[in-house]
Amino acid sequence: MRKLKIPVTRIEGHGLITLMLDEEGRVAQARFHVTEARGFERFCQGRTVWEMPAITARVCGICPVSHLLCSAKAGDAILAVRVPRAADKLRRLMNLGQFVQSHALSFFHLSSPDLLLGWDSHPAKRNVFGLVEENPGVALDGIRLRAYGQQVIEELGGRKIHPAWAVPGGVRAPLQEAARDRLAAGLPEAMRIIQDTISLYEGHLDDWAEEISSFGDFPSLFMSLVAPDGTWEHYGGHIRFVDSDRNVVADGLDPARYPDYIGEQVEGWSYLKFPYHRETGYPEGLYRVGPLARLNCCDRMGTPLADEALRRFRALADGTAVTPSFHSHYARLIEILAALERIKGYLSDPDLLSERVRAEAGINELEGVGVHEAPRGTLFHHYRVDEDGVITWVNLIVSTGHNNLAMNRTVQQIARHYLSGREITEGLLNRLEGGIRAYDPCLSCSVHAVGHLPLRVELYDAAGRLISERARA
Amino acid sequence: MSKVKVATIWFSGCSGCHMSFLDLDERLVELAQKVDIVYSPVVDIKEFPDGVDVTLVEGAVGNSEHWELLREIRKRTKLLVAFGDCAVTGNVPSMRNPLPREEVLRSVYGDGEIPGLEEGEVPKLLPQALPLSMVVPVDGFIHGCPPPADRIWRFLQRLLAGESPLLVGEDLRFG
Repeated sequence: MRKLKIPVTRIEGHGLITLMLDEEGRVAQARFHVTEARGFERFCQGRTVWEMPAITARVCGICPVSHLLCSAKAGDAILAVRVPRAADKLRRLMNLGQFVQSHALSFFHLSSPDLLLGWDSHPAKRNVFGLVEENPGVALDGIRLRAYGQQVIEELGGRKIHPAWAVPGGVRAPLQEAARDRLAAGLPEAMRIIQDTISLYEGHLDDWAEEISSFGDFPSLFMSLVAPDGTWEHYGGHIRFVDSDRNVVADGLDPARYPDYIGEQVEGWSYLKFPYHRETGYPEGLYRVGPLARLNCCDRMGTPLADEALRRFRALADGTAVTPSFHSHYARLIEILAALERIKGYLSDPDLLSERVRAEAGINELEGVGVHEAPRGTLFHHYRVDEDGVITWVNLIVSTGHNNLAMNRTVQQIARHYLSGREITEGLLNRLEGGIRAYDPCLSCSVHAVGHLPLRVELYDAAGRLISERARA
Repeated sequence: MSKVKVATIWFSGCSGCHMSFLDLDERLVELAQKVDIVYSPVVDIKEFPDGVDVTLVEGAVGNSEHWELLREIRKRTKLLVAFGDCAVTGNVPSMRNPLPREEVLRSVYGDGEIPGLEEGEVPKLLPQALPLSMVVPVDGFIHGCPPPADRIWRFLQRLLAGESPLLVGEDLRFG
């Protein structure tokens, strides 16, 4: 057996795909590893619930706001308070800013080199700097759009990355009028960019047909939060599961009771547990989270332009669920549009300037669950504390973990389609990585403890003998 | 004049310093005219090259792979820079340092056979997460969790102008 190691680049965190090749050069097994470990769940024990938003923000520099807000929500539950209306809206506004910046990063900075320069383009140029040379208009649009999302976060929290702003009970400071006006001034350009980019994506659908049909196109369940009336949701609401026909499998689930409906399977060949929908069973209960899941789960986006885009998106599958994970890119762009429309709505809301943004309380519950939608999917923070609010136990369930089974199946599908019986080229290996990139995995998040996401592929057709020469070192 | 060869890498950290680097925004275009990014998580070169002028290292040294790679990078880099507080001091990853390594791992995986204790498919976790300077000599430091983009820019500007890139005053703030 020979082993081929492919470090996965242009994803967030440390990932590695390994292919095991038998004597004939056939792929016997493929695994996706995460090789980074930090131990947050253990070293947070002994810290106070008040410190948790700032500490857990450091789980991830791409989606620090997700952990900041989710931790603050777990703290709200432990304080047993309802945050003031203004604080609720301000937190939502920051989360929308984070959707814009994180989704823009995923699409433009990390994935668009594959989509626009080509899967087989030269690896030395297949990156955002190469895009600047080849297609400066799109590259600059991506930079500007991400910058707008970062600006929303900075105007609220005082800095772009790791703002110490949300706290149990609310937020530290309201939005200033001048900051609101600056955000309003930047909005038209951001709206122009995202509408152009959605058109760009829709114009390329035929070019990407082969990848669309092989990058994780399979029936599955989808899970996300939805608002009480079924509208797209990113911060509150309840959990819904739908199937590939968009039949609602379960609805109105209390996020705090996640162990009732999410099971976790342990596999002998995996260090990371495999979450599944408990009632459906394992492994049929595979579900996906993230942009694709949110668009499949919701009844409507709730804003005019995003709803128009959702209609076009739904038309891809005649109204049933859109199943190719490739279209997570499409869903991501539509979510940016929805986020910008909602930001626009908030900017004219007088509540945003209210000084009443924090509920003060002591420790009133000894356990609390925070949940919301991170850009990559549903995020849970679950804490237990003692009477003084000192953390005694922590569980974090991050979106990349939910997608474990789905990423597994996606890499299987790509390996079967592209590597089977063909000469393995750099471009083909890049497609394996591209399948992973479609999920925009956040490996810093998934390895808040120690992570290892093995993905097993079994192939039976011979591959070319040039494998080792063409492989990346 | 040939372009300056710049590499960036992340070890045990959150990627936030790299995100702050991307917060250079339009200045990235200007930077691309003056430097070649020869290795980075955001580009597809899979092996760390020889003859690198400047390497920015984010994160603490947390496992055996980081340890080996950092020593290799030191040999292949003229100017090695600790990029952000985790690389400068150990910061958040070093919060596990008072705890036995095995206890950190077992709190997640229980009593059975677990990853990270010994060298295996995942690299062995070091007993403590270390700042870069405890493993190799370091030439420059960029403080911050993460360093603000303006601070990164000031560092790069001085560097590209041929001045000492060492930051002073307000730029020496942690956090």
